Amino acid sequence: MHLAYPAVLAALLFCVGLYGVLARRNAILVLMSVELMLNAVNLNLVAFDVWLRDTLHAGQALTLFTIAIAAAEIGIGLAIVLMVYRNRGTSDVDKLRDTAEGHGPEAETTEAPAHTTEAAA
Amino acid sequence: MTTTTLAVLVPLLPFLGTVAGLLLGRKAPGFVRPLAILPTLTALGLAVVVALRHGGDGPIDAATQLTPTGSVPIELALHLDGFAVLSAVLVGVVASCVQIYSTAYLREDPRYPSYAALVSLFTAAMLLVVYSGDLMVLLVGWEIMGICSYFLVGHYWETPEARAASLKAFLVTKLGDVPFLIGLFALAADAGSFRITTILGEVTAGGLDHPTVIALLLLAGVAGKSAQFPLHTWLPDAMAGPTPVSALIHAATMVAAGVYFVARLLPVFAASAAALVVLAVMAAVTMAGSALAALAQDDIKRVLAYSTIGQLGYMTGALAVGDRGAGAFHLLSHGAFKALLFLAAGVIIHAAGTNSLAAMSRMGGLKDRVPDAFWTMTVALLALAAIPPFSGFFSKESVLAAAEHTATGHSESAPATAGWIILVAGLVTALLTAAYATRLWLLAFRGQGPAAPDHGRQPLAMTSVLWVLAIPSLTFGLTYNLLPDWFDGHELTPTLTTSVLSTGLALVGGVVTYGAWRHTTAMAARPPLGAVAADPTAGPAETEATAIATHTPAYGSIAEAPDSADPGRLLLGPLHSVAANGFHLDALYTALFVRPTQAAARLVRFLDREVVDTYVRGAGNAANLLGVVVRKAQTGNVQTYLSALLAGSVVLAVAAVLVAAGA
Repeated sequence: MHLAYPAVLAALLFCVGLYGVLARRNAILVLMSVELMLNAVNLNLVAFDVWLRDTLHAGQALTLFTIAIAAAEIGIGLAIVLMVYRNRGTSDVDKLRDTAEGHGPEAETTEAPAHTTEAAA
Repeated sequence: MTTTTLAVLVPLLPFLGTVAGLLLGRKAPGFVRPLAILPTLTALGLAVVVALRHGGDGPIDAATQLTPTGSVPIELALHLDGFAVLSAVLVGVVASCVQIYSTAYLREDPRYPSYAALVSLFTAAMLLVVYSGDLMVLLVGWEIMGICSYFLVGHYWETPEARAASLKAFLVTKLGDVPFLIGLFALAADAGSFRITTILGEVTAGGLDHPTVIALLLLAGVAGKSAQFPLHTWLPDAMAGPTPVSALIHAATMVAAGVYFVARLLPVFAASAAALVVLAVMAAVTMAGSALAALAQDDIKRVLAYSTIGQLGYMTGALAVGDRGAGAFHLLSHGAFKALLFLAAGVIIHAAGTNSLAAMSRMGGLKDRVPDAFWTMTVALLALAAIPPFSGFFSKESVLAAAEHTATGHSESAPATAGWIILVAGLVTALLTAAYATRLWLLAFRGQGPAAPDHGRQPLAMTSVLWVLAIPSLTFGLTYNLLPDWFDGHELTPTLTTSVLSTGLALVGGVVTYGAWRHTTAMAARPPLGAVAADPTAGPAETEATAIATHTPAYGSIAEAPDSADPGRLLLGPLHSVAANGFHLDALYTALFVRPTQAAARLVRFLDREVVDTYVRGAGNAANLLGVVVRKAQTGNVQTYLSALLAGSVVLAVAAVLVAAGA
């Protein structure tokens, strides 16, 4: 089989994953897109391993590592998404903007007394 | 123990006392007094033993080299000749008296431990200067004295006078020390050694290439330390320190260091006739000017300060005519009676509650309140005025005899001009000295008016040392026929001509002042001017600090009082206010040196604050501004960050491909 088929397939998969990471709002879908990108890389590794006829099969070995790490990553990722959803009632990445400039915890504490004074008035 | 070991211990003991006093002062206050007094007393005992063992024979030398310097070697050397051993005894006596006196004088002072430690350190430094046979080691002691003087003059640092005085004392003496240091280097470069014996050997062999330059440079340091014109202005102001400090530092020892230094290296100075004439002019101006200023002062301690400057003038005068025996003789006798005068003045200030002579002259029966101070001060003032048979008479006569000897051309080492300058100035000063001594005595002890406040008897520690010091003031002069063995061998016996002349002039000065006092004393019956500000129950040191701090508010000046009953005002006439202000030298120095320095400091401050700081602030502000701009990109949306990351990766990848393709 010519190398072009798996390479083009990997590129397509990667682009789909990239689009998902950059454009989807739901955090779970973003994580799934990351998995797509990882698998595109895996496909590349296996294809080139075969094409180069590597006696040690370094590409396939590395793929096994990637799969193991991806499993761990998705486990932790899903746990975080679950906790975020429980705390905030949403898993929308657009709304998780606590690290934005001017949105620190100190800004919230300075705003808090203003609210209470308004309430008192 | 050998004489050398004993001599090493003499400066070492007070130094160890300092270290122990500073370490234990706060933790064990009970040890402070023994630690202050005992090392100094032991050092005095050892100094006496060293002097007795030396016994007026040839010099004892010992040296050890710590480490090679590569060029001119620096050695820890001792040079014990007659000058050194006798001066060390004087330093020991005065320092012991001052330490004992201070235990009572500063008994309520919270800073007494550090004060006592600094006095011990000062004593150690002076003894080091006296015994050292190496000029670099001598310089170490010389500079330690400078810094101790700064700390001790500023002991009452709560008052602005003391702060200003300590800074002034430090800066003016340092102004002299810079040329002094250069002079030492030049001398060592010419002679190839810092050892005094080697240098003197070189000078006798005619090995100095630039004697005049070296002598003049060294003279600057001597003028600063020994308060000679034109660097004398720090000494009267230094009276803002406690009285025992004035007695130790500014009368008997530190100011004597300069004179002692010239006496040690007199052949270096004598190698240049020009230097001797400069020294003579300096001494003459100092003598006459300070005596006039002393006649106009109102603060009793400032009178004594100016008289110290004048007596130091006599010593430098003796050196200028090439007779160091006479100079050292006057140094020793003056050290004793001037320390006595200052310590007695401290007692009087405490008893009267004021340092102002004008206020004392309106106070009846002060002498009955402090009989010890009255009698001892009378002895010391007679010695100061050089009335026979007190010690000052013999020592001053030896100076005048040496001057006359030189003036008539009988001296091979000094030019006759120097002799005439010193002789004339010395005789004029003898007249003025007697006048201000009489004025001080009359105003302090013959005052009329309400009785002086009764504080009870003065502490024994303060009065006993007065009598101890009164003994040498009375009898030291009679040793004039023993001393030449210890010194150069020059005759120190009074000669008839100068004795009659100077004693006659002194009597005239005294009688004229007495007449003026009788004339003006009627005016003193008017209500008192100023006020006795001090709290009568306060300790002596506190009384004095208050008296110094209130003199300017009460009388408008630290030096003079608007007292029409002052005989000095009548005698000096229009010269009075000029003399009271030290001939406006301070104003001149302010215009010449202080203002330009302050202007330069303002310029530096401007350059620092406005120019250098602008760049520093600019660097900070630019980084801040950049930060504000960059922070805008931080939206909190992870996908935006990833998009930027992707764009960057693509750009890099394209660039890498282009480079690889060789485009």
